[in-house]
Amino acid sequence: MTLSGLQSFGIQFGQYLIYGLSIGAIYALIALGYTMVYGIVKLINFAHGDVYMAGAYLGFFFINFYRNMNLPGAWYWFAALASAMAASALLGIVIERVAYKPLRMAPRITALISAIGVSLFLEYGMMFWQTAQQKYYGDLPPLIKDTTYFPFNIFMVQKQHIIVFVVAVVLMIGLYAIVQYTRAGKAMRAVSHDREAALLMGINVNTIISATFALGSALAAAAGVLFGSFYPLKPLLGFMPGIKAFVAAVLGGIGIIPGAMLGGLILGVAESLVSGFLSSTLRDVVAFAILIIILLVRPTGILGKPSGEKV
Amino acid sequence: MMKTNALFKRRWFVALLRSFILLIVLELLIMFNFFNGFWVLTIMSLFTNIILATSLNLINGFTGQFSLGHAGFMAVGGYTAAVLALNFAPSLIKAGIIPSLHNVTLKMPWGLPDMFLPFAKAIAPGGIVLLFSLLLGGILAALMGFLIGLPTLRLRGDYLAIATLGFGEIIRLTFLNINYLGSASGMPGIPQYATVMSCVVVAIITVYAISNVVRSTHGRAMLAVREDETAAQTVGINTTRYKVTAFTIGAFFAGVAGALYAHTFYLVNPSIFSLLKSIDVLVMVVLGGQGSIGGSIAGAVLVTILNAFLSNFPEIRMIVYSVVLVMMIIFMPHGLLTVRDLFARFRPKAGEPDNAAPDR
Repeated sequence: MTLSGLQSFGIQFGQYLIYGLSIGAIYALIALGYTMVYGIVKLINFAHGDVYMAGAYLGFFFINFYRNMNLPGAWYWFAALASAMAASALLGIVIERVAYKPLRMAPRITALISAIGVSLFLEYGMMFWQTAQQKYYGDLPPLIKDTTYFPFNIFMVQKQHIIVFVVAVVLMIGLYAIVQYTRAGKAMRAVSHDREAALLMGINVNTIISATFALGSALAAAAGVLFGSFYPLKPLLGFMPGIKAFVAAVLGGIGIIPGAMLGGLILGVAESLVSGFLSSTLRDVVAFAILIIILLVRPTGILGKPSGEKV
Repeated sequence: MMKTNALFKRRWFVALLRSFILLIVLELLIMFNFFNGFWVLTIMSLFTNIILATSLNLINGFTGQFSLGHAGFMAVGGYTAAVLALNFAPSLIKAGIIPSLHNVTLKMPWGLPDMFLPFAKAIAPGGIVLLFSLLLGGILAALMGFLIGLPTLRLRGDYLAIATLGFGEIIRLTFLNINYLGSASGMPGIPQYATVMSCVVVAIITVYAISNVVRSTHGRAMLAVREDETAAQTVGINTTRYKVTAFTIGAFFAGVAGALYAHTFYLVNPSIFSLLKSIDVLVMVVLGGQGSIGGSIAGAVLVTILNAFLSNFPEIRMIVYSVVLVMMIIFMPHGLLTVRDLFARFRPKAGEPDNAAPDR
């Protein structure tokens, strides 16, 4: 079967699009944590990319733990995902209590430095504990395991991209439901809107901030497990995705939850198209180029409302 | 007014005298092999770090513009020095445009005793190439700072921080993708033209220049921008101009430091100038105390010595560094050198009656 130039371009485009949506979904999951934390405490949580890394490693431990328990079907993978999310939520709460809470009244730059310190601690602590050697999840259940499909015989789709995308979308819908329809979610929105007023209405701000960190860290851990299921683990793997997820959050409008999802997907697709059609060494430049363009053209992001400064 | 001016001049003379005494002591200690090679390199990087920290302090501490891209400007200077030293200097020396000072037996001028020969040697070999690359590296970095600053400095706070981070990384990734500049392996084999002496002299010049900028009319305008941009604009200060000026001056000295780095450590490569380097410098500024020149120097000394001691324990080095960082920022959020705050405790607060003051 011979293909015309346009057809083969279309096929390539479709394949890069699918790949882009899958890495974009991972960026979106991480970006949600950034955007929620920024919305509530106005802090760029630099350590968030490393929570994602820690989540990937936690998934590695839990999957080896549950594998020997003879759970039916793919349940041990889902159990590992849930456990890694719970453990990461705890990690997020601890980080907030230890490193950020004492600095809530200090100048904002100090909290940023503290976040950088936590980030370095997680990265090099993990390197000390697990060595710099690459780790693999090993055998996965048949439902999750990567295979390649050839729909219409000309198209090539890898199952891992579909799984990453589907799981990420389900989690994002779950988060959206929590933020929109539960009391805690309502309280989160209230604190992010006006912390003092929320405090006066009887909302326990400290609890809500902890809950925000827990939710964000759990989502990052889920992204980590999704990544770790198909790629090797390294202690420094969280750095670049962390920065890119921040770019995604800014792109969509920081502090806006649907914005983070949209920004993540756009960034993932742009990166995949550029590295596919142009050059793979440019893939890291794309994120920063997008960042700078969006900051210059529309600093409040795609979904953000422009706001002037009141004097 | 006259009196304060004279006071400043005297203070400056004393400070200059002190730094030259420091220089001579250091040079003597090295002459008598008091330090091993590792500590000589540490001292050189200490003074490079002082240049970086004071120049970033001009942007972050004095003008209040949060920059995370200092390593990018450093990279511009470093690569300029590397290209100059490796690709141009040999042919320029051969053509006789730059006088060669290699393998020349030096004699002390003006009948000075031979004891001072090491001082002369410290300046002479490659000194002219070093001077050229410092200046050119600084100028190119300043140009880059100007070009980047002009559009980005419209942004504020966190957004500016992330935009400068982005530009810093773009500069680095650009160097990473240029084959002429050695791609990922960078450019090794740069001759070590920098000496302890040249590092100290350049650091002194930097500190002197930046403190003078801060104390000038322009510096006062920069402080006004930091305190309240809107208010500064209302009293007729061209805020964009001063922000860009501060950014350009800061970038210039970062470029100088980068060139000095290249001539100290024999090589430049993209991974040296990563975000971690910017963070290192930022840590010096914040730990030392933002908006304090003495603080930047103290921060640079602290971070450099901490790094030097920790290099004996490579596995836990970064862990200890990060823990110290978090602890210090939690317990001293305003930096090391907050002498002013320390004394402020004893001074009456604004609005309180000053009981302790003697009647005048």
